[in-house]
Amino acid sequence: MARDTEDRAAGTHKAERRQRGRSKKKPKETRTVRVHTGHEHNPNRHYANNRIKTTKYTVLSFLPKNLFEQFHRFANVYFVFIALLNFVPVVNAFQPELALAPVVFILSVTAIKDLWEDYRRHRSDTEINHMDCLVYTERRYVERFWKEVQVGDFIRLRCNEILPADVLLLSSSDPDRLCHLETATLDGETNLKQRQVVRSFFDLDCEFDPLKFNGIIECEKPNNDLNRFRGYILHRSGSRDALYKDNLLLRGCTVRNTEEAVGIVIYAGHETKAMLNNNGPRYKRSKLERQMNVHVFWCVVILLLMCLFAAIGHGLWVFQYGDKRPVFDVLSPEGAELSPVVAAVYLFLTLIIVFQVLIPISLFVSIEIVKVCQVFFIHQDQDLYDEDSDSRLQCRALNITEDLGQTQYVFSDKTGTLTENKMVFRRCTVAGVEYSHDANARRLALYQEVDSEEEEVPPPGGSLRRDSSSSQQSSRVVLRSLSTKTHRRTGSRADAKRASILSKHTAFSSPMEKDVTPDPQLLDKVNECGGQMDFMRFHGQPVSQLPSDLADIMDFFMALTVCNTVVVSSPNQPRQKVRMRLESKSPVKTIEDFIKRFTPSRLTSGSSSSSSSSLATSRSSNRGCSGLLSSPSAESTLAKLQEEQAALGSAPPRYDGTPRSPEDGELRYEAESPDEAALVYAARAYKCSLVGRLPDQVTVELPHLGKLSFELLHTLGFDSTRKRMSVVVRHPLTDQITVYTKGADSVIMDLIKPPDTETSKGRRQKKLVLRTQNYLNLYAADGLRTLCIAKKVLSKEQYACWLQRHLEAETAIQGREELLFDSALRLETNLQLLGATGIEDRLQDGVPETIASLRQAGLQIWVLTGDKQETAVNVAYACKLLDPEEEILTLNADSHEACALLLEESLHYIQTKFLCSSSDQAAKAFLPNFAPFEVYPPSSSSPHSAAFTVHRLGLVIDGRTLAYALDQSLEDRFLAVARSCRSVLCCRSTPLQKSTVVKLVRNKLKVMTLAIGDGANDVSMIQVADVGVGISGQEGMQAVMASDFALPRFRYLQKLLLVHGHWSYSRLANMILFFFYKNAMFVALVFWYQFYCGFSGSAMIDQWYLIFFNLMFSAFPQLVTGTLDKDVSAETLQQLPQLYMSGQNSEEYKPYMFWMNMIDAFYQSLVCFFIPYFAYADSDVDVFTWGTPITTLALLTILVHLGIETRTWTWMNCLSISFSVSLFFTVSLCYNASCPSCFSPSNPYWSMQRLLQDPLFYLLCVLTPVAALLPRYFYRACQGTLFPSPVQVGRQLDKLPSETRRNILNLGGVEAGSAVRPVPHFLSLGTPSPEGPDENHQRTEELEFLPLVSWNVFIHIPQPLLCISEMEFRVCVF
Amino acid sequence: MMATSYNAKDEDGRVTVCGPGGGPLLRGKKPENTALKQQRLAAWQPVLTAGTALPALFAVGLLFIPVGVGLFVTSNNIRELEIDYTGADASSPCFSCSQSFSWNSTRPCTCTVPFYLEQPYESNVYVYYGLSNFYQNHRRYVKSRDDGQLNGNEKSLTEPSKECEPYAYRDNEPIAPCGAIANSMFNDTLELFYNDPNGTKIQIPLNATGIAWWTDKHVKFGNPGGNDQNLSAAFQGTTRPVNWRRPVYELDSDRGNNGFVNEDFIVWMRTAALPTFRKLYRIIGKKDNVVPTLPRGNYTLEVVYNYPVRSFEGRKRVILSTISWMGGKNPFLGVAYIAVGAVCFFLGVVLLAMHHKCGNRNGDGDISN
Repeated sequence: MARDTEDRAAGTHKAERRQRGRSKKKPKETRTVRVHTGHEHNPNRHYANNRIKTTKYTVLSFLPKNLFEQFHRFANVYFVFIALLNFVPVVNAFQPELALAPVVFILSVTAIKDLWEDYRRHRSDTEINHMDCLVYTERRYVERFWKEVQVGDFIRLRCNEILPADVLLLSSSDPDRLCHLETATLDGETNLKQRQVVRSFFDLDCEFDPLKFNGIIECEKPNNDLNRFRGYILHRSGSRDALYKDNLLLRGCTVRNTEEAVGIVIYAGHETKAMLNNNGPRYKRSKLERQMNVHVFWCVVILLLMCLFAAIGHGLWVFQYGDKRPVFDVLSPEGAELSPVVAAVYLFLTLIIVFQVLIPISLFVSIEIVKVCQVFFIHQDQDLYDEDSDSRLQCRALNITEDLGQTQYVFSDKTGTLTENKMVFRRCTVAGVEYSHDANARRLALYQEVDSEEEEVPPPGGSLRRDSSSSQQSSRVVLRSLSTKTHRRTGSRADAKRASILSKHTAFSSPMEKDVTPDPQLLDKVNECGGQMDFMRFHGQPVSQLPSDLADIMDFFMALTVCNTVVVSSPNQPRQKVRMRLESKSPVKTIEDFIKRFTPSRLTSGSSSSSSSSLATSRSSNRGCSGLLSSPSAESTLAKLQEEQAALGSAPPRYDGTPRSPEDGELRYEAESPDEAALVYAARAYKCSLVGRLPDQVTVELPHLGKLSFELLHTLGFDSTRKRMSVVVRHPLTDQITVYTKGADSVIMDLIKPPDTETSKGRRQKKLVLRTQNYLNLYAADGLRTLCIAKKVLSKEQYACWLQRHLEAETAIQGREELLFDSALRLETNLQLLGATGIEDRLQDGVPETIASLRQAGLQIWVLTGDKQETAVNVAYACKLLDPEEEILTLNADSHEACALLLEESLHYIQTKFLCSSSDQAAKAFLPNFAPFEVYPPSSSSPHSAAFTVHRLGLVIDGRTLAYALDQSLEDRFLAVARSCRSVLCCRSTPLQKSTVVKLVRNKLKVMTLAIGDGANDVSMIQVADVGVGISGQEGMQAVMASDFALPRFRYLQKLLLVHGHWSYSRLANMILFFFYKNAMFVALVFWYQFYCGFSGSAMIDQWYLIFFNLMFSAFPQLVTGTLDKDVSAETLQQLPQLYMSGQNSEEYKPYMFWMNMIDAFYQSLVCFFIPYFAYADSDVDVFTWGTPITTLALLTILVHLGIETRTWTWMNCLSISFSVSLFFTVSLCYNASCPSCFSPSNPYWSMQRLLQDPLFYLLCVLTPVAALLPRYFYRACQGTLFPSPVQVGRQLDKLPSETRRNILNLGGVEAGSAVRPVPHFLSLGTPSPEGPDENHQRTEELEFLPLVSWNVFIHIPQPLLCISEMEFRVCVF
Repeated sequence: MMATSYNAKDEDGRVTVCGPGGGPLLRGKKPENTALKQQRLAAWQPVLTAGTALPALFAVGLLFIPVGVGLFVTSNNIRELEIDYTGADASSPCFSCSQSFSWNSTRPCTCTVPFYLEQPYESNVYVYYGLSNFYQNHRRYVKSRDDGQLNGNEKSLTEPSKECEPYAYRDNEPIAPCGAIANSMFNDTLELFYNDPNGTKIQIPLNATGIAWWTDKHVKFGNPGGNDQNLSAAFQGTTRPVNWRRPVYELDSDRGNNGFVNEDFIVWMRTAALPTFRKLYRIIGKKDNVVPTLPRGNYTLEVVYNYPVRSFEGRKRVILSTISWMGGKNPFLGVAYIAVGAVCFFLGVVLLAMHHKCGNRNGDGDISN
């Protein structure tokens, strides 16, 4: 582990050094890119080209490099050392060549594995390198492979194409000179990003001609910061043009919404930001392996002790003969006598060779093989396959499968991980009246139902059945949903074909969000309102005479439609912007502009939107949300305005789009946040549809009124401090300057104009606010995301006044942010509340169930989200992370001191409340025994190491407080509070904080952590955690790239952890223990022999057997068991999540188990040694004829031992065991018949053949394994009866008939969610069994009652061992 | 699992109908639904509890005890007599021989050991010599031989392998057979006389062939140039091992039992597994069914005492033994079988009690039966 991090550190160092080296060659700190148009020599050839190569080796470098890497592993060095030691004559034990065989075998297996992996990388590289793109050469654009692209090339990009390299955008077909990008592959955000053409190419109206480009680009060196790019173009004229990150298109992104764009390649291949961000797979050491390494170390100690013991023995043995050398104490080859001490030293070395098997050479290889097989099976699991996205689980880290079974803390992202990141409009309240949208709720429920049904049983005529089951009202919806569903599916199929760097076709447009079933009541009102307004307009009445409730409704929907930054595109041309320009006006940019526009003389009658305005188009980069961004300088705008005014004069309204027929009538909305899209879709359901958006105007289609164009005067974008956004528009009907504001309820409610209670209107207003607040609370309780909608009408003077100061703020140099904030605040006051909306961020399927079951499994679940606190809490309730019955500790502090105080108080609160009250209950006296929840060692470094059981308490902390709490002085206290809570929710946390929290928990509590997330903001957390899981579904690849496992859906985490994790852990743990046992047992045989051969290092086992025993004869069965053994079936594991705790508590592999296994190994080897010893005592048997039966016995014993430990016998197990036995006999028969004068010193010619004729051999083969395994067998039987572990109980449950099992588990399911019951409950549950079970005359039902009761108990109390033994006790007493 | 496969098919059908141009859906990455890949192989899942472990224990107990008794009886029917002739204590007839000994003494020392056979030996009698405290299994000792040479390889004969060092050459002449094992070959001569009650001493004929493994004699060992050659010529240019008094080609007068294929030599070369061992020396063949091979009475063992063992506290024995199908006399296996069987039985009883008391409630599925 430590070495790994070092390795990684070394790697980065290397990279740095490389970079430094490069920069030394070229001391310039920038990169200069010159144009390359094909015919001349590329001036940028010293930069990396676009060919990528992620392989580690070449054909030539493979052998040395791979060997070098393998020797990083200490064990390999050790084995090579031992093999080489054999070449020293005085100490050699085996034939040197033979001794090399295992090491060579091991090394080559690993090498072949590496080679294969490298080949796979090579193939994917080739695939990517051979993708096509258009490159400008010889005056035209030619199709080229990606790998042929070079820095300085001009590239033409078409819609939906993937960028082959980092490209500087020079031209775009978009009239706004923008290029829309989907960056999901990089940062995981699915919304479109806009990139701008470089300023100086802005006004290029004709097609961009690369030949005319004559600048030189200076920019910074390649780096991995996705959000930074600085440079400039040096034009031949000498002028400079600054370049920003907004000009750079990054490799791997997809061009959307833009027909064509041209750019110049700045960084290519490995120097692109995407590639620099791709750090390849990580190598982690799993917890089990760390534990194992300790025991490997112990094996070394045992080995040395054994060698030392024998060496001393040999010294004494030599010493006892004194000068009278016996004939069998052979002189050294030179004829010299060895002194006892020298002989002992030589022997020590010899024995290290002989006993080397104790350090299991094949262990590491076997573990890797088993892990690869496990990964294969996890890959193959159909339950982890998501049909919608045609993606399955990916294991990116091959060597930490068993960590999945030991996880204790889960850190989850919220949006996109727990939720779909699809916002669905659920309900709203307008003017104090709640519209519950029941039909909509039914429709959403239907979606879920349909989804789940689809997974189970196929509807025999799906559309028909669905029609009939849905309400008559939503039949249209259903039809549409079917078609869109199909669309989505085909889209995802297309995705499946593409390489992984390609991203999804659709962003936030599932049918669920699009189709909102309107509330009939509200729809009527909207219709009525539209009709009235139409009537009024027709009759020339001022619209303000509208009844106030209807006006509110109208305004509400106006706000929903207008107050956002949604981009409209039509479905026929995917991601093409709809341009519908009814009239052209720019946002008010200058005060002169304002005055010009709002002088009464210029005011049109205000009845129609098609008023001919004299102001003309100005192209502005300053669209939508960028209202707070700097705008082009005032004078240039003015100049442009005047110019265009002259040119265009009073242009007639232009329609870019033909009127849409209702069939094809779906526009797509692409929003920065899914909430916005949901609201716009909701408004559309009420016929208030957004049909077009331009920087300066918003076109809305209303019922009866047709298309209306709102002049967009100003947009104050959303930011997290204000928590609201506003638009300033001129209402086309009333011609008033109206501010629509939408934002978090907590904020908006404070900004509402205090109603004047004197007037009836004021009273009504007050009532409205109260009622709305009421509904808001209801929504929040339902887990909906709430937004308040408000408006404000400004007089022109007010607006002018505000505008003046706002413009000042915008142009201010110092403290601009604050000034703008103040300015926004000035605008957004005294609002009039219109209503509120409840949006549901739909949870992914099965999230609450998954969380409940993970929690039952003893996992602590923390949610770390960047979302705001209210939303996060709502979702936490929705996904059952927080329970309404639970107490919530909310920590919001403004300062370090406050935070410290809060933590102290909470701690005190927890201690007094829970520890004292618990002492009232006698049951809590048991608490120390109820270890399961106390997964961390009590000896933790925390200063508050009182009993930290988990209470029914939730902790909510916001980012700011978290920052204080993570301070070194407070972190212990924070942890103490957090770990005593059942759930922890960190809101508004930054990516860095997320990773800090994970790191803190991991390091301080010494627990296994798992982080799961889907976006780029989760990457650091995923990397820090012991196990990183990425959600590969909706969002991009960034999280997946960093993860160890990538899942399509959150709910798959349940099976991944509870089943595969558990299996992997238990399989590996058992296999490792078995390995230690096996090797110790085998080596001990030789050790015992030393007592009978004068400690001379002699082995009665033929060296071939000694060397290949591990590698061949006994290798396969344990691999099969390690791969396929299932201690408990998948169903039971999922239904009884408690079984997962065995992994968390490392119950399958505890230090004492290692030692027990060692003792058992020594016992068994004693039996296997001494039974043949006595059977052949004082006989004429020779060394190897005696050793061969011992080898056979050991093999049989080991296999039967494995058989006892095998929980699931399939034909594979039987086959592998019989294969092992037959392999041994075949090999030894062949070996013993092959050469009569070879294989010195054993020269085993015909030994096996003779043995097989000897009845004694068979008698031994029967007796010895039985005698050797009797204790283990007996122990297992006792354990299974007297104190079965939960896992064993689960296994017994597996054996029950399915009917009974279901009953028991259902019972368990009901009880499982409830509180941890104290013991008296258990007793009361236990007492119903009236008589002891030995009363045979009892009826069957009564008999069946007993297991039910015991199961009930088991499920109640998460320490089944205790209660069952308790139960046992009680029954025994009866 | 069948349902899901149908499901996929149906869905495909539906989609092709609804989505024009959609085509059949590809489920490219859907894992195959096989029992192995889904880890649903048919399996037997034994659960070890008192109840399930019982039968095996009883079965083993019931099986082992009779077998053990049988083995024990068989072993007890074997007649075996051991005569220690080391001459360690002064009263022993071989005391003087054992005192005045060195490997190089030329004067043969003979001693006579009388013994009495209480029971007649009916079948073939195997005469063994036994050594104790002799570590024939010492690592360097075991290695010290050249199998090629022993196999009759001419090249190895003149150039013994390095393993034989330091017993490979003597005075620059290759030693045949080389190595420490050959060098330390047992060279006592044992003769057996029956003291007839009427006073005559009848020498009992001891068969010197058939005592080695057939494969050893005919495949593994061989004289250079074949067994029928003039051996002294074949061994020309080699010398005898240091401790030997005769060269290898004078081990026996019988041509088929001389040189490397001499059976005493072959038996010696099969290094014993344990420091106390016996090696087959001669076989006394059964004459006919009427007269026992060795009738009861007085016997004399005449030993030509050559082999020194006192320096390493060794003992020398002669063993007369009949054998059975399971080899020589060894009661251990029978006892072991009986003991293990008894323990199994006992543990079975313990488990039975446990099962009876507490095992029932475990819900092994047999409750309803």
